[in-house]
Amino acid sequence: MSEAGARGAMSAPRPGSASPKGRRRRGSPTSVGAWPLAFIGLLMLGVAVFYYWPIVKNIIISFQQTNAFGGDPEFVGVDNYKALFADPSLMSSIGNTLLYTVIVLLGIPLSVAIASMIELPGLRWKSLYRTLFFMPYLAMPMAIGQVWKIVYNGNFGILNQVLRALGVSDPPYWIVTPGFAIVAVSIFGLWSSIGFNVIILSSGLKGISRELYEAASIDGATGVKQFRWITVPLLTPSIFFLTIMTTIGGFQLFDVLFAMIGNGNPAESRTRSLVTLFYKQAFVNSDQGTGAAIAIVILVFVAIVTVIQFIGQKKWVNYV
Amino acid sequence: MARKQGNVSQKRFIPVHILLILGGLFMVFPFIYQILMSLSTNPEIQSVPPKFIPDSWQWHNYSDVFTRLPFLHQFWVSVEITVLRTGVQLLLCAMAGYAFARMQFKGRGLLFGLLLAILMVPGQSYLIGQYQVIQNFGLLETPWGIVLPGFFSAFGVFLMRQAFMSLPVELEEAARLDGCNPWQAFWRVMFPLVRPSLFAVMITTVLWSWNDLLWPLIVTTREESMPLSVGIATLAGQHSTDYALMMAASTMAMAPIFILFFSMQKRVIEGLATSGLKG
Repeated sequence: MSEAGARGAMSAPRPGSASPKGRRRRGSPTSVGAWPLAFIGLLMLGVAVFYYWPIVKNIIISFQQTNAFGGDPEFVGVDNYKALFADPSLMSSIGNTLLYTVIVLLGIPLSVAIASMIELPGLRWKSLYRTLFFMPYLAMPMAIGQVWKIVYNGNFGILNQVLRALGVSDPPYWIVTPGFAIVAVSIFGLWSSIGFNVIILSSGLKGISRELYEAASIDGATGVKQFRWITVPLLTPSIFFLTIMTTIGGFQLFDVLFAMIGNGNPAESRTRSLVTLFYKQAFVNSDQGTGAAIAIVILVFVAIVTVIQFIGQKKWVNYV
Repeated sequence: MARKQGNVSQKRFIPVHILLILGGLFMVFPFIYQILMSLSTNPEIQSVPPKFIPDSWQWHNYSDVFTRLPFLHQFWVSVEITVLRTGVQLLLCAMAGYAFARMQFKGRGLLFGLLLAILMVPGQSYLIGQYQVIQNFGLLETPWGIVLPGFFSAFGVFLMRQAFMSLPVELEEAARLDGCNPWQAFWRVMFPLVRPSLFAVMITTVLWSWNDLLWPLIVTTREESMPLSVGIATLAGQHSTDYALMMAASTMAMAPIFILFFSMQKRVIEGLATSGLKG
């Protein structure tokens, strides 16, 4: 029952759902009085107080010098931005954030391979496999990150014990070595993200008509050709969706990083992401002006990359 | 006979099964390892070569979590914020979604557009402002401070609006003819019919609320007012070498989500797929 229901909801945006009948009767009971206000009033008030106003406030603060010990903030123009761009930690944070995002994006082709194997018609244990790959997505990054930290431990961690057994005499102390640490964190991030990808791709795969494959096999197209010319093209909308979500999620890198890199880690300054830098400035150093400026940089960064992706999609995404 | 055919055809899937089992093991290994470590002693965890199966199961690691850490406190904060946030958000989003889908009013398109605009803005751009608002309300260090901004979800409204738009108008008209006012038509007739979408919103909200880190980290600084997601972080700082205790605590911090989700597995996966397709 729930399956049918979910499908129904999925097809919601399709045409025909907007009702011409509702519009026909002007002054129908739904349009009178304060009812709409009663239905959306509280939500819109909350949104105004907790989203619109804070965004406006953030823009204002980014042009101010705030005083950690109280007192009125002072207008300083673009000084916060100037100081920010003069600070090398901004560029290294952008670099780390981009590196992380690229590594997590590699999870998408991997997930396409996994999902298309799981959804092979006739394959047994589908739901077991779906569950196995899905589990990391449920895990609290902070909690499971502690396990990964032990796996990456330089002395007794399994990774290095395996590497030593394979003949690597001096494996790196992953998460405390600048340069290796961000890669180690990214692999943890990749592991966490695959489950969601597989779910989205699986439901995309289920939407592809079996008849297409039957027609293709009559024409002599075998497994790999079917995959290349039917599966992949028809999956591009899901892949595009995941690309956008993964990129935006990658730019928000905080949880997995925070879980792995603690205070006093020698690699800390080399693993900072844009969001970590933001958190540190605004809430640890109580420098809200610079923090707000970083937030604006993230906003612009996300906007630019999203626009580029939307322009680029015309070249490779097929909408049926 | 069909079953026999199925058995025969599994043979050509053997390489696929092998790949999926290997991949699956890689996915679940950290969880299995975590549970094994939570039942070991610290020297066993740090032994070279690795010792996966402890000599004797250290069940007391789990009870130690309650006596040595403020675990129970933080667990209740997590439960409280998750239940509150999910409940209020579902109701507010359903109401607003219904209004945007089914009521004619001035400025509807504009308001809905303004609402969706929030989805395009990264969270950091309102975090400082939200912090100031919560501070001005005097709600720092409280569960209300943690949940309040999360009551209002543009994504939830969007999802619910789509769900209401897919329902036939005739149902509502029938309710009207029977003398229902808009609230009754919404609550008694329409609300129960959008259950699958409510479920999709619920899953994402529960998961997000239980595991959320950055916002509660900012709003709470005292151990007893933190949810588990933040509590584990402070734990990791203070008890970084007591691995067994950490593993027991982090296992228990994740357990409720896993229990909840495995008990409704099929619907969870469908719900997430639905919410994903909406994005």
